[in-house]
Amino acid sequence: MRSRLVVAGFLAGAALAASAWAAEDAQNEPLTGVPGDAARGRAVVLSRTLGNCLLCHALPVPTERFQGDIGPSLAGVGSRLSAGQMRYRIVDSTRLNPDTIMPAYHRAEGAVRVAGPFRGRPVLTAQEVEDVVAYLLTLRE
Amino acid sequence: MLYRQRLAWGALALLLAATVGVAQEPIRPDPVRSGRDFQAPETRAMQDDDGANPGMLWVARGRALWDEAVGAARRSCASCHGRADETMRGVAAQYPRVDPSSGRLLNLELRIQQCRGERQDAPVPRFESDELLALTAYVAHQSRGMPVAVSVDGAARPFFDAGRAAYFQRIGQLNLACTHCHDANWGRMLRGDRLSQGHGNAYPAYRLDWQAVGSLQRRLRFCNTGVRAEPHPFGAAEYVALELYLAWRAKGLTVESPAVRR
Ligand code: HEC
Ligand code: HEC
Repeated sequence: MRSRLVVAGFLAGAALAASAWAAEDAQNEPLTGVPGDAARGRAVVLSRTLGNCLLCHALPVPTERFQGDIGPSLAGVGSRLSAGQMRYRIVDSTRLNPDTIMPAYHRAEGAVRVAGPFRGRPVLTAQEVEDVVAYLLTLRE
Repeated sequence: MLYRQRLAWGALALLLAATVGVAQEPIRPDPVRSGRDFQAPETRAMQDDDGANPGMLWVARGRALWDEAVGAARRSCASCHGRADETMRGVAAQYPRVDPSSGRLLNLELRIQQCRGERQDAPVPRFESDELLALTAYVAHQSRGMPVAVSVDGAARPFFDAGRAAYFQRIGQLNLACTHCHDANWGRMLRGDRLSQGHGNAYPAYRLDWQAVGSLQRRLRFCNTGVRAEPHPFGAAEYVALELYLAWRAKGLTVESPAVRR
């Protein structure tokens, strides 16, 4: 009896957790009142000190010689994902996949042993995230 | 216990398994592959030819230092240890190792510093100094080709556990752990770098971008600053424990020092 209850609890927990994960995959509310600027977003994405997204992703920018292949190519991502889905993944992709290698770009809490100049700051500001989303929306198939 | 409480425990157990338990399981890469396999052919060729491998200059310097009498005691390494090609064979393959007298976990650099300071009564060579790198590379070279064989049981166990925890700890502003790059993604491109499995068997190694031989801890500091984490100082207990975990992970590989890397 005891063990059956435990198993039931475990399954219920699993179902709850799974439904919570499945329900949320977009953050439709913009982070700022200023609409994103795609040109600035492009600069943020390519910059080694800001987004540095090419560490892991390929982009349809042939002048960039070194492009990572750890994450999916972002070519055509504007046709695959909505602005809200992109925002959700860029702000904190561990909400979708707890083991992801993709850094949380707009979450300052919970980080450990952050080097001095970066302490207490998210990787990108809210406006930079909006700019990046605006740029990614232009990448259509 | 109330049914609802059990529910909560069940959910908690699941969450724990998802976030902590599963992620921290010690895992060895399968198949295990040396960092050498991820280098360009020219770099591999440079490593394989002692005449072309710049790391051998440090080994030669280490050989000379081995016989040099130093300190108040006017003793050389050879005074106590004789011929390195006999007495140091296989030693580096067993490091890091617990020092029975102090109970500390020592890597090769720390052991050599201890000999210099306590047994030779000589100034302790600084981390990353030519003297310490040359002696370490010379001693490590005596184990070249021998399987990495550290002990992680008994006195070494707590250090191993600490090293494993460090390996799976997300750190820095980019919030990444060693496992994200070196277990989940080896073989893939991180911008211009092909990710290896992150083994330590190359070190001390000659890195082309350093134009010099450097220690494993120098490489670990790069991996830390790469994710915008505060690196530990050289010789920090955290790094030595991490080195022990790396050596355990490298089972099946042989000591390559001084290897050549990009
Ligand atoms: C260190 C690696 C890494 C970096 C850096 C990185 N990503 Fe990702 N990204 C991933 C991975 C891996 C995935 C696949 C999903 C997962 O594993 O979480 C992903 C998924 C995505 C997705 C979803 C793509 C799809 O087709 O579903 C978007 C959008 C995205 N990343 C945007 C970005 C942007 C924009 C940046 C930079 C500001 C960035 N990423 C930086 C690794 C990374
Ligand atoms: C964001 C990615 C990333 C993270 C996180 C990371 N590394 Fe690395 N590491 C690299 C890159 C890139 C290299 C150079 C290419 C290679 O040899 O893999 C490297 C190289 C190494 C090497 C040298 C391998 C060789 O054969 O020369 C070791 C050892 C290593 N890493 C261990 C670690 C440890 C331990 C951690 C955690 C403290 C860590 N790395 C975290 C990217 C990373």
